Amino acid sequence: MKPVKRKPIRPVVKKPVKHDTRQTKTAGGNFVDKLHAYRDHHAHALFSSLGRLVATPFTSIMTIAVLAISMALASGFYIMVINVQQLTANLESSNQISLFLHDDISNDSAAELAKNIRQNPNVQTVKIISKEQALAEFKTYSGFGAAIDVLDKNPLPIVLQVLPKNSLQDKQELERLFKTLDEFKEVDYAQVDMQWVERLQSIVEVARCGTALFSFMIGIGVLFIIGNTIRLELHNRRDEVMISKLVGATNGFIRRPFLYTGFWIGFISGVSAWFINAILMLILRQPVEKLSGLYEGDLHLVFLSFTETVGLLAIASLLGVFSSWAVLIVQLRHTRPE
Amino acid sequence: MLKFDNVSKRYPETGDVLNNVSFHLQQGEIAFLTGHSGAGKTTLLKLIAVMERCTRGEIFLDSECLSHVKERHLPYLRRKMGFIYQDYKLLTDRTVFDNVALPLAIAGFGHLEIKRRVRASLDKVGLSGKEKKFPQALSGGEQQRVGIARAVVNKPPLIIADEPTGNLDPELSAEIMLLFEQFQQVGVTVLIASHDISLISRMNHRVLKLDHGQLVL
Repeated sequence: MKPVKRKPIRPVVKKPVKHDTRQTKTAGGNFVDKLHAYRDHHAHALFSSLGRLVATPFTSIMTIAVLAISMALASGFYIMVINVQQLTANLESSNQISLFLHDDISNDSAAELAKNIRQNPNVQTVKIISKEQALAEFKTYSGFGAAIDVLDKNPLPIVLQVLPKNSLQDKQELERLFKTLDEFKEVDYAQVDMQWVERLQSIVEVARCGTALFSFMIGIGVLFIIGNTIRLELHNRRDEVMISKLVGATNGFIRRPFLYTGFWIGFISGVSAWFINAILMLILRQPVEKLSGLYEGDLHLVFLSFTETVGLLAIASLLGVFSSWAVLIVQLRHTRPE
Repeated sequence: MLKFDNVSKRYPETGDVLNNVSFHLQQGEIAFLTGHSGAGKTTLLKLIAVMERCTRGEIFLDSECLSHVKERHLPYLRRKMGFIYQDYKLLTDRTVFDNVALPLAIAGFGHLEIKRRVRASLDKVGLSGKEKKFPQALSGGEQQRVGIARAVVNKPPLIIADEPTGNLDPELSAEIMLLFEQFQQVGVTVLIASHDISLISRMNHRVLKLDHGQLVL
C-alpha cells in the first residue's frame, strides 16, 4: 500500500466576504482568462455533444431519420410550390383573348372582323390564325396528326387572338372589352386566357398556404421529437446532472451540452433533409425534362437556393436548440440533488 | 465558520428529524458527526448542502445564512464546500482526470490551470499517474480518494464527508482520515459523518452525537 503523503496544500484560508454568495464566481484569473476558459468550455461542449451522438449511432440515426424525413417532406412541398410558381410566373403577363369564329366564316370575313376589332382603342394587336395554320400547329404539337389525317374536313375554327393594350390592367375594363368582342355575330366562343392562369395561380396559392400550414405542423412535431430526445438524454445522464449540481454547477452550465445536442440533432437532420430532397430532385429531373421536351417548353426544375438552404438549416438548428431549451427549463427545475 | 442555530427539520411524513440542533465549527476544526441510523446525520448534511431547507432555525456558513439563500445563488455557495460520499458519486464514463476537473470546469478555470490543479490534487491523495483511468478500473479506496481529490481541488474552506470510510477496510480508513487531518492543518474545516466508533475514538477530535434528531453531548 502506498503511503499517503506529503507536502501540505496551499492554505485555502479565504477572507469571509459578507453576503456575497458569488465570491467564487470570479475565481480563476483575470477577465481574459475567464473569457478563454468560457470559449474553451463552449467548444468542448459543442464537440463532446457531437461525440455523444456518434457514440450511440443507432439511437442517433433513428431520431435523425425521423426528423430528416419530416423536414424533407416540408421542404419538398416547398420545392414543389416554388416550381409550379415559376411555371405560372411566365404566364402572368398574358391576358390574351381568343375568339373562336363560327365554322362557316370565311377567311375574308375573318380578316374584315379583325380589321374592325383593331379599331377598338383598347386593342393592341389582332392575330388571325386560319384553319390551315391551326391544323398545322395542332398536327405538330398535339401528337394527334395521324388521327386528324383521317378526318375528311378540317374541324378547327378560325381563331382571332386579340391582345389588349398593356394599359388595360383594370379587370372591369378587360371584362367590358371581352363582352364587346363576344357580341360580334361571327364569334362562336370567346375565351380569356387569363382565366385559367388565374385559376392555376389560385391553386398554387392554396398549395403555398397549405405548405406553410403543413410545415408549421411539421415544425411542431420536430419540436416535440427533439424535446423528447433531450428529455431521455437528460434522464440517462441524471447522475452527471446531480453530481454537477452538487459541485456547484449553475443550471446554465448543465444546460449547455444538452443545448448543443439539440443543435446538432436539428442541424444534422436539416442537412439530411436537404440531401433527401436533392436526391429526389435528381431522380425527378429526367422525367421532367422529357415532359418539358414534349411541351416544347423550357421547364426546368428549381431547387433550394443558397439562401433557402441556409434558411432550412437555420430553422432546423433553431428548432433543435429551442425545444431542448424549453425541456431543460422545465426538467431542471424539478431535478434536485439527492 | 459553520454555525447551526436551533435548527429543526420536519418532514410531513416522518415528523421531526432534527430538533433544535445548535453547534459551531471553527475554521480549521475537524468534527465527527455520529449517531445511530436514522438519527438525522444525513439530513443534517443535506441541510448544509442546501439540498433541503430547515423548518426552523438558521444555518450560517461564514456570515451567509444558508436557510435563506436564493436558488440561483446556490451553485456559487456549493463551490465553497467539498462533498465526499460513501458511494463516491464518480462519473463512470469519465476518466479520473475529468472527474476531478469537473468542479474547476464549472468554476470557469482555463484548461492549463485545471491541468495544474488536478495534478496537484491527485498527487495529494496519492493517485498520480492514474489520470487516464476510468473509476471502475480502480479499487474502492482509490475511488474514494478520487472523490476526495474532486472535493478539495477547488480548495473549498469546508469539507463535508458522508461515511467516507463506510466501504473501506480499517487500514484504508486510517489513511483517509490522515488526509483529512492534513487538510485541517491548512485551515480547512472538516465535518465527517460516521458511525465507525472505534475509528472516532482513536482520533482525538470533536464529536457531535445525534440521538433521535437531538444533539447529545
